[in-house]
Amino acid sequence: MSTEPRIRFDDVVVEFPTAQGPMRVLDGVSLDIRQGEFVSIIGPSGCGKTTLMNLLAGFVQPSRGQVLLDGRPVAGPGPDRGVIFQEYGVFPWLTVRQNIAFGLRLGANRTPKAGHAAIIERYMRLMGLADFAEHHPKHLSGGMRQRLALARAYAVRPQFLLMDEPFGALDAQTRSAMQDLLLEVLQAEDKTVLLITHSVDEAIYLSSRIVVVTARPARIRTVIDVPFGYPRGESVHEDPRFAQLRAQIRELVMQEYAAQSRQQVRLSD
Amino acid sequence: MPRSSAPRRIALILLPWLVLVALWYGLRYSGLVNPALVPAPHEVATRFVALMGDRLPMDILMSTQRVFIGVALGTLVAVPVGFCLGWYRGVRTFIDPVINFFRALPPIALIPLVIVYFGIGEVAKTVILFYASFFAGVIVMYEGIAQISPIYVRVARTLGATDLEIFARVIVPLTVPHILTAVRVALGVAWATLVASELIAAQQGLGALIQNASAFFQLDIIYVGIICIGFIALAMDLLLRAATRRLVAWQDRLA
Repeated sequence: MSTEPRIRFDDVVVEFPTAQGPMRVLDGVSLDIRQGEFVSIIGPSGCGKTTLMNLLAGFVQPSRGQVLLDGRPVAGPGPDRGVIFQEYGVFPWLTVRQNIAFGLRLGANRTPKAGHAAIIERYMRLMGLADFAEHHPKHLSGGMRQRLALARAYAVRPQFLLMDEPFGALDAQTRSAMQDLLLEVLQAEDKTVLLITHSVDEAIYLSSRIVVVTARPARIRTVIDVPFGYPRGESVHEDPRFAQLRAQIRELVMQEYAAQSRQQVRLSD
Repeated sequence: MPRSSAPRRIALILLPWLVLVALWYGLRYSGLVNPALVPAPHEVATRFVALMGDRLPMDILMSTQRVFIGVALGTLVAVPVGFCLGWYRGVRTFIDPVINFFRALPPIALIPLVIVYFGIGEVAKTVILFYASFFAGVIVMYEGIAQISPIYVRVARTLGATDLEIFARVIVPLTVPHILTAVRVALGVAWATLVASELIAAQQGLGALIQNASAFFQLDIIYVGIICIGFIALAMDLLLRAATRRLVAWQDRLA
């Protein structure tokens, strides 16, 4: 396997203009992600994690530095990078089947038309949506909507999966079922994944590497390798290393939260 | 709520109307009002039947046609204008006060000016109804468009959609419900303005019917005219709601 990184953040700085002058959101982030890795970004809320994903998705351009995909700078959004948003973004005017078909029917999609029906069937089955093919999203639960968003992203065969707190709005049970489903589909199709989360358990359970970022402006605090391989199941929760890792990452994240609240006190002075 | 049987439903729909007619009779024969000033429901019904064999069908046709043309032209312009105002936030900041200024002007207040500029023919009435429908429609349209969540556009982009594909496959479907609401609101306002626009020396139309009748103190004809306006507006609204239910069944909230 090639060791060339598929994704490279090279000393990336992002500043947003505000009424009080430019606000620095990311401050010199450098990170390489290789083929097949599952990397989680964890840090205090509002620190700029989402900006990292938006850079990669092509919604935000770096103020300084570069974001490279296979050595080329990211110019804009594209179907090679599937994006899963916390608020799902399933199209309410389309049925489940039409939602999954949306990306397939765009001009940018190169898969032959004859294969579309099979692709749609495959992902409806995989995501447990086959019985709801002709339903509109208003009839679906939160977990089902997120599965539909996942199926729609998968249908165009992205090489990368970018997820911004994808399970944040789900209840604990559904969330854990979605995590298992995600591991399962990743086992079936090799993808390179970037997950933004604020759940330490979720990060450990799913990732091969965890990147802890600081309070705003976000810098990389630490990168931690997760010692569990794939396929992975519920049993890793009982592994003593899981508890150790959780304690270690929690401590780091708590420190950043503390730093953030100190910042806020300073700002309010 | 339990699903009620068909005869029960019909009874429930008719009940408020029967109560209204009963109240009308009650008032008429209570001795509280001068009977010469309040015709009884059956007198109005008789007059209605008589007028149906005379000028009423033409009046209804003319009024409906004016409302239809006014609303059609008004929404035809309101939809693109409202869309642009809703979509481009920058434009809205400057245009919003102007739109609200014109919307706040009652169309009736413009009648003298309209007569000066457009005379007293069909054009003048169309202008008034156009004005009323346009400003009612444009507000509904742009407020609806401004509420469209940008997430759908972002999702479409990540799936590889071009600007043209985003417009045709994301923005248009999201716009349809707002167009239907704009038409509904415009229809309501246009009917309300109709009588006023037919005051401009109209020979035909429900407004003219009422106007002529008032000159001869024919109260029963005035009642016929008013009730016709009400029922035609109700019928149009029901039709539009049925169309909305069919076209935008995907919406969480049905009209």
